[in-house]
Amino acid sequence: MSEAQPAAKPPPSADPTIKRPLVRVEKLVKYFPAGGGLLSRSVVHAVDGVDLVIGEGETLGLVGESGCGKSTLGRVIVRLQPATSGSVFFRDVDMTKLRGEKLRRMRQEIQMIFQDPYASLNPRMTVGDIVSEPLRNFRVARGRKAEQKVQEVMRVVGLNPNFVNRYPHEFSGGQRQRIGIARALVLNPTFIVADEPVSALDVSIQAQIVNLMEDLQEKFKLTFLFIAHDLSVVRHISDRVAVMYLGKIVEIGPSDAIRDRPLHPYTKVLESSVPVPDPDLELERKPILLKGEIPSPVNPPSACRFHTRCPIAQPICSEVEPPLEMKETGRFAACHFAGQL
Amino acid sequence: MAPLLRVQDLRVQFFTSGGVVNAVDGVSFDIEKGEIVGIVGESGSGKTMTALSLLRLIPEPGKITNGRILYGDKDVAQMTDEEIREFRGNEVAMIFQDPMTSLNPVLKVGFQIEEAMAAHRRFTRQQAKDRVVPLLSRVRIPAAKDRVRDFPHQFSGGMRQRAMIAMGVSNEPSLLIADEPTTALDVTVQASIIELIRDLSREMRASVILITHNMALIASLCQRVIVMYAGRIVEEGPTRAIFKNPQHPYTWSLLRSIPRMDERSHDKLISIRGLPPDLGQLPPGCKFHPRCRFRIDRCLTEEPPLAEVDPGQLARCWVLMKNIKDPESIAQK
Repeated sequence: MSEAQPAAKPPPSADPTIKRPLVRVEKLVKYFPAGGGLLSRSVVHAVDGVDLVIGEGETLGLVGESGCGKSTLGRVIVRLQPATSGSVFFRDVDMTKLRGEKLRRMRQEIQMIFQDPYASLNPRMTVGDIVSEPLRNFRVARGRKAEQKVQEVMRVVGLNPNFVNRYPHEFSGGQRQRIGIARALVLNPTFIVADEPVSALDVSIQAQIVNLMEDLQEKFKLTFLFIAHDLSVVRHISDRVAVMYLGKIVEIGPSDAIRDRPLHPYTKVLESSVPVPDPDLELERKPILLKGEIPSPVNPPSACRFHTRCPIAQPICSEVEPPLEMKETGRFAACHFAGQL
Repeated sequence: MAPLLRVQDLRVQFFTSGGVVNAVDGVSFDIEKGEIVGIVGESGSGKTMTALSLLRLIPEPGKITNGRILYGDKDVAQMTDEEIREFRGNEVAMIFQDPMTSLNPVLKVGFQIEEAMAAHRRFTRQQAKDRVVPLLSRVRIPAAKDRVRDFPHQFSGGMRQRAMIAMGVSNEPSLLIADEPTTALDVTVQASIIELIRDLSREMRASVILITHNMALIASLCQRVIVMYAGRIVEEGPTRAIFKNPQHPYTWSLLRSIPRMDERSHDKLISIRGLPPDLGQLPPGCKFHPRCRFRIDRCLTEEPPLAEVDPGQLARCWVLMKNIKDPESIAQK
């Protein structure tokens, strides 16, 4: 462990272990009005100062519990929603500043896969129309050329290309997720944000989709941001994992390291809560139970947001916010007592 | 000792315009006193319909058309409406996946628990009233005294599920059926609900049936497992045997298709090809054969019986995993 000066510590967006950064997120903030009428000033701190980097060709997993802001973060990164402040650099261009044609061109490279394959496909469009829509929208291909491209991606994701004229309701959940993946692939993107892509699927189908995503990544050199609440799925598919709690990233690191030796107490709690399909190991596993409920993101706790529930919180934790800083090479944690739980 | 519950050759059929669908087909099992049994399966496996039929809660147009559900010397399938009302809540309680839809949003939580007790006449109204706060404390709702007057929307998801459990155990049933009780909850909350169910079962010496799609939860809580597929039991046995030594290809594949927290290598998951079964169009022979990597010709035409493969372990398969050399490499193909 280095005894370097605090000033020398790189932020997570400048992780020295990431040689070729593709996406860099800096001080990203997304607030929503919290309702309560016109004059109410209260806001939901959905994403509150996130710093991270995603290297070319890697899968970064983003894990956290419901309401932690992980989906919002994904949507702001692909610019489905505008950021309140902060930057998202894609190949060193700040996407939050782009408008018009330049933004459109960049968007071709960035695609999203959604959780619910039932809600995210227009039931009145045929599969062929759904998958080819991005080609038309971005005026990439039309007619025969578009048809060929659609058939090609359908084959790639394991769908029978003869089904182009069928409608989404004729497909199972797993096949619909393949349609969603085909649509995301049709523009030859470099970066895909997948928001809970397997959590609505049957267990036996989840592995099919996880394996497909791994194959596609290898084949097309894709970069993934894989968002999920299930730590075991995230860990399996990701090179590195970022853990989010109440709008902030509390830990980032290689997925094995995070499992073997979590630095942030919240990571440790999460890790201890996930059951393992092995009755012998389950006898030994002792979940660390959290006290209380997750605080409201309208009024998050002061300083370290986890201090109200943290098993090892000290007075300093409610007074001074610990920065997300590099504790070891490639490992970042936002905790005054990292690694002590 | 006689088992608490004995299900024999249960069949549940749905009479739809498209024809008759067998949601549960020839299911038999026992639940011993104080035992925690898991029923695992994916959509269409019949696990929820099996659980609902134990309380005769099968929705229209479904019916129990065959079999017996013996509770003591009474057959649930033959009970009068009066008897079944007594049976539900007094003897058996059920916890559902989504606690918000099971609680009445316009009534206070405490009152709803009180109602559940009063309805079954085991306690007087006053006794019921007095028991609410201790019950909420027992399911570890903090500041129970203040929370009894809250409405369901003022509770978090985990607390609502606790309130449902409080309602379920309020009449001290001897069997608790929990249908995906933690599926809608976060993993840290799931951990505490599972601990709660385990503790309550021990304290009340109640049996528990846990219905889930999550193999890891079974490993965590259950002593015995029933694996269902296409309305049938395909494998059954002590948890340890099923996890260490599964004999049905479906169980074996399912266990290898889930990413595990403790995995060392990032090997490819073994995926089960094809789709979960369509109960309206089941194949002949073994119902799993279209998805099975280990099938033989006989599987296509003849359905195997559920037969003992080891003491206490039953599997419905002509092949059995112990007869296959290097199954991993076959399954990865």
